[in-house]
Amino acid sequence: MKTTRREFIKISSLGLGGIMLSSPLLSLFKDDDEEKRNDEITSKRYPNYCEVCFWNCAAWVYTNEKGELWKIIGHEDDPNCNGRLCPRGTGGVGMYSDDDRLKKPLIRVEENGIQTYREAEWDEALDLIAEKLSGIKEKYGAESVAVFNHGSSGKHFTNFLQAFGSTNFAGPAYAQCKGPREEAFEVTFGHALHSPEPLDIRDTKCLVLIGSHLGENMHNGQVQEMSDAIDNGATIITVDPRFSTAASKSKYWLAIKPATDLALLLAWINVIIEDELYDKNYVEKYTSGFDLLKEHIKSYTPEWAYGKTTIKPDIIRATAKEMANASPAVIVHPGRHTTWYGDDTQRLRAVAILNALLGSYGKRGGIYIPDTASVYKFPGIPAFPKPSWSWNDIYPEKYPLASLGVTNVLVDASHPDNTSDKSIKAWIVIGTNLIATMPNIARTVEAIQNTEFVVVIDTMPAEITGYADVVLPECTYLERYDDLRLAQGRIPTVALRVPAMEPRFDSKPAWWMAKQLANRLNLGDYFPYEDYSEVLEYQLEKLGTSLDEMKTKGVLVLDRPYDDLYYKDDEEIEFHTNTGKIELFSTSLAAYGFDGLPKYTEHAQPPAGFFRLIYGRAPMHTFSRTTNNPNLCDLQDENKLWVNPKIADQWGFTADQEIWLQNQDGIVSSFPIKIRITERIRWDSVYMTHGFGHQSDKLTRAFARGLSDTEMITKIMIDPVNGNTGMRGNFVTFLTEKPIKEEVES
Amino acid sequence: MRYAMAIDTKKCVGCSDCVVACQTENNVPIGYARDWVVEVVSGQYPTNLELEIRSERCNHCDNTPCVRCCPTGASHIVEGGIVLVTHNECIGCGACIQSCPYDARYPHPEGYVDKCTFCVHRLNEGLKPACVSVCPTKCMYFGDLDDENSDVSKIIESRKWKTLAPEAGTQPQIYFLV
Amino acid sequence: MKEELIISGRNIPNIDPYLHIWHWQIPIYLFLGGLAAGILFFAALFTIRGKSEQWNTAVKITPIFAPLALVLGLFALFLDLKHKLYFWQLYTTIRLESPMSWGAWVLMLVSPISFVWVASYLKEITPKIWTNSKIVNLLIKILIKPVENSEINWEWKWKFVRNFEKFIQNNRVGLAWITIVASVILGVYTGILLSAFNARPLWNTSLLGILFLTSGFSTAAALNMWLSKNPEERKLFSRFDIVLIIIELFLIVHMFMGFLASTEVQIEAANLFLGGEFTISFWVFVVGIGLVIPLIIEILELKGFHVPVAIPAIMILIGGLIFRFVMVDAGQITRYLY
Repeated sequence: MKTTRREFIKISSLGLGGIMLSSPLLSLFKDDDEEKRNDEITSKRYPNYCEVCFWNCAAWVYTNEKGELWKIIGHEDDPNCNGRLCPRGTGGVGMYSDDDRLKKPLIRVEENGIQTYREAEWDEALDLIAEKLSGIKEKYGAESVAVFNHGSSGKHFTNFLQAFGSTNFAGPAYAQCKGPREEAFEVTFGHALHSPEPLDIRDTKCLVLIGSHLGENMHNGQVQEMSDAIDNGATIITVDPRFSTAASKSKYWLAIKPATDLALLLAWINVIIEDELYDKNYVEKYTSGFDLLKEHIKSYTPEWAYGKTTIKPDIIRATAKEMANASPAVIVHPGRHTTWYGDDTQRLRAVAILNALLGSYGKRGGIYIPDTASVYKFPGIPAFPKPSWSWNDIYPEKYPLASLGVTNVLVDASHPDNTSDKSIKAWIVIGTNLIATMPNIARTVEAIQNTEFVVVIDTMPAEITGYADVVLPECTYLERYDDLRLAQGRIPTVALRVPAMEPRFDSKPAWWMAKQLANRLNLGDYFPYEDYSEVLEYQLEKLGTSLDEMKTKGVLVLDRPYDDLYYKDDEEIEFHTNTGKIELFSTSLAAYGFDGLPKYTEHAQPPAGFFRLIYGRAPMHTFSRTTNNPNLCDLQDENKLWVNPKIADQWGFTADQEIWLQNQDGIVSSFPIKIRITERIRWDSVYMTHGFGHQSDKLTRAFARGLSDTEMITKIMIDPVNGNTGMRGNFVTFLTEKPIKEEVES
Repeated sequence: MRYAMAIDTKKCVGCSDCVVACQTENNVPIGYARDWVVEVVSGQYPTNLELEIRSERCNHCDNTPCVRCCPTGASHIVEGGIVLVTHNECIGCGACIQSCPYDARYPHPEGYVDKCTFCVHRLNEGLKPACVSVCPTKCMYFGDLDDENSDVSKIIESRKWKTLAPEAGTQPQIYFLV
Repeated sequence: MKEELIISGRNIPNIDPYLHIWHWQIPIYLFLGGLAAGILFFAALFTIRGKSEQWNTAVKITPIFAPLALVLGLFALFLDLKHKLYFWQLYTTIRLESPMSWGAWVLMLVSPISFVWVASYLKEITPKIWTNSKIVNLLIKILIKPVENSEINWEWKWKFVRNFEKFIQNNRVGLAWITIVASVILGVYTGILLSAFNARPLWNTSLLGILFLTSGFSTAAALNMWLSKNPEERKLFSRFDIVLIIIELFLIVHMFMGFLASTEVQIEAANLFLGGEFTISFWVFVVGIGLVIPLIIEILELKGFHVPVAIPAIMILIGGLIFRFVMVDAGQITRYLY
């Protein structure tokens, strides 16, 4: 179907914006490097919290005496980072200096039959957006506008949206990432885990990583604590079909057959119950449904699991014993990106049950009880209007336990094949590159084409910006004020962000954009401040400090006012569940017709000649947003496909050979990928890191480097519990020659 | 005073934070690196795989081939055994680059030869080198080997370690704990 | 299987994936330096032995090429420097442990000597110096003034130059002793320079100094043989060349035997030449064309078969040049780690 609207605009460099100064000429008898050395004494520093990933480590941003950005160092008082940032945070300077940044607002126009972007001033762009949104509100209702968001800047637009009259906002972080484990822990313990996960890794005696590749994923605090755990002699058990970095530091590495993790978990539960290795006191006092569980797992023996997982029964027993010996200082790590095969909530239920049996929830070395600081709302903001419907009304019979907005529901509601009477007509996308995030790219694009208006707010010209009607350039976290960071942790902390640099080019902070739009739509009351620092000043004063004081402090460490980090022995606790106890048998799931106890289901294995596509993280990158960052690109500028040497032999591959991939649905990759022949991967799978293979040629460092795993993920297994998109069931085969493609609609 | 570094390969995850931190701290141009991370994989899937990750840089050797072969004396050793290059004495002949078995030196685009300096400017202010200070796994130790109470002395006393290419005779001062 | 790779993306130009810091400038200089060393060696040798009239080309004519070679070689070296504006730092210190410093100072010594040597014979070589070009004559007039004389129609303009010329001409043997020592140092230091880099296994053999010296002398002998009009002199240098080539071949074989009996990195270095990418360029061009074939030709020459002398001479010169290119390029590829 030929689309007339919103062709993907691939034209490179439209506006010039600012031009970087070239480096100074070599001076003849230049002094030693002492002269041009930046140093701690003459530099200035500004507090900030990192925005590169969700961990939001508090940091100090240093500028040299010329006011140029020098470096970013972790805040020593912040428990998220303990004074040490991860490579993405340290490389955050590249976000500022990247000349490929969006520079001016862009408006889609058609010139000579070709769609392109025209640079516009802010007033024109904002007027246009306000006009379009109010038109859509009149025609379809405010609820038909949706926001897709991620990060601190998203908050300003979800506020805007709610003021506008809609609660249809969603972040891919839920339905494409942590959704299953949030719901699994919610129905089991009455409380989701949230972020950063309250795992007491530094005091644990046994860390079980099943679905987590700590060390390659760079959850800063967790990697730091894993190092502490290693120092303390903790046992690490890693379950991974790939020899991950964590696996190389583990006492046990269980090289599991992919898609069979639930079998292993059930077998562990079986051993722990049958051999009476569970924490009897804890189970009796705090849990319900034990007898049902005991009956249920009788058949899930280690011998049975061996047949499914290829892990030997004695190993299953030994590792179960290892966990039980460490109890309660044991963590069965729930992972984070848990959207795998569509039965993920059930799999994470097994993880939650296992933790409960081991008595680790609420105990030292297990899962601690986090606390979060709270701040006053800025006064004078009226209550949000109540919308007549929300995202969970679109398909009322679906996904009953989804607690946060489901992105794919909003996509479905925008798509031409939408079956509901409610539909989404306009998108505002902020801080997320949906094209690299949502599986089945073609469907997302069809949904976009079917909407009437799309606004994208971003710092970089990522792929999603090529589909917008209006693109607004956001300034980076180094150039703006934002909300106080109130991350959960062992102790409540408050971190401040102040701009260290002026916004480059014509970029602006999201709070300003939201306010400007609100003013144009008579919603100015919801943003009753001229500068966001007023909000911060108010909130900090209520906390007993001030903006000026916090500018020198950076992080405010508070006391836990109510409860303790761990449960006391024999403390009476009521959990937030239907039964008031930890529900080994989930009454909530049963009430909605789902299995109250996880059952094992077999998942598809790759057909002959195909290999399961396993994707993961590299510690120097995150999402797809860092692959153009000059400092981080210097560390890794493309991904490689890990192929087992036996397979490489069969196919006659050589190291670094370039191949294309084709998946089970016939989709062929746009770009080739180089091969890494390594023993670290199974022969039935291939592995690559996520975030590469960019289509946008305005990303000069990232364009056409590596291959996009998202492109290859077209088979989605939806979790009926919460609508999350399972993505690990895609299989690929190799094409050694460049495929001839027909006219492709991007 | 003999400065040295000990790096625990059992804790290093290969995140390359040390590389990026060094780059921002020392204004190393993009495309160049004063330190780098090496991964060594041995064994066979899935029975006996082993992974070693090392963060490498100039070893500030005791028996430096680079200082020996420098024709102008730009490469020199300062107190603590730190090997430095004085930029405006370096002629860019490249002899030191040829003589380093660790490929630790590189020609800076401005013409002189550059390499890791153990962040001597930070040592002067009582701070540790940028890489050591940023490492999230805290697997890097830095200090004075001549002081038996420094954490470097203590750690290499208590753990097995190795150095790189000892057969090259350079007596490198970066100890990899294995 | 074993993998060893850099995972932090290091890709420094000219360092990764293989070291390639020294390009064509260094081999050109090594060749020219060796050539100049050999030329001056033979010139000095025969002066000391009192044969300067008998072996007239070697002592008086060929040394013209020495300053030429040295100037070109020095210029090539200068081009190689990456921090050119600071080149003068080389001459602010002598570092006895650095072969490169030795080299810098030896060149400082040899270059003026080579100019002086040529200048002291200039009256014999070009008794009539004036050309047809006005511009060239103007340039010559900076140092030289015309003189009415049917034999030699010029004289040094400056008095101290005339005195110096007399001094040199009276102390030729003394100068020759200095020259012979300096030329040997020049010839051998080019090899020692490379062999002092213990990080490059291919170079790290003590045979390299002698090998480069022999090669340098052999190229100079070839040049002398080519330039000489005196059949006795040509025969002399032909014999020199035969001996030098045989020594070189012996050293090369010995060098490879040493590599193969040494540690793994040396064996790998040797394998670059025994099946690796430098096999053809070395054995065909350096050994074949540069050594063995000229050897055969010259032996035949001695037996009476006449071959135009330019042919083996050019072959030896080309062989010497390619030898240095191959050694510099291959040496940078060899390494201890990764």
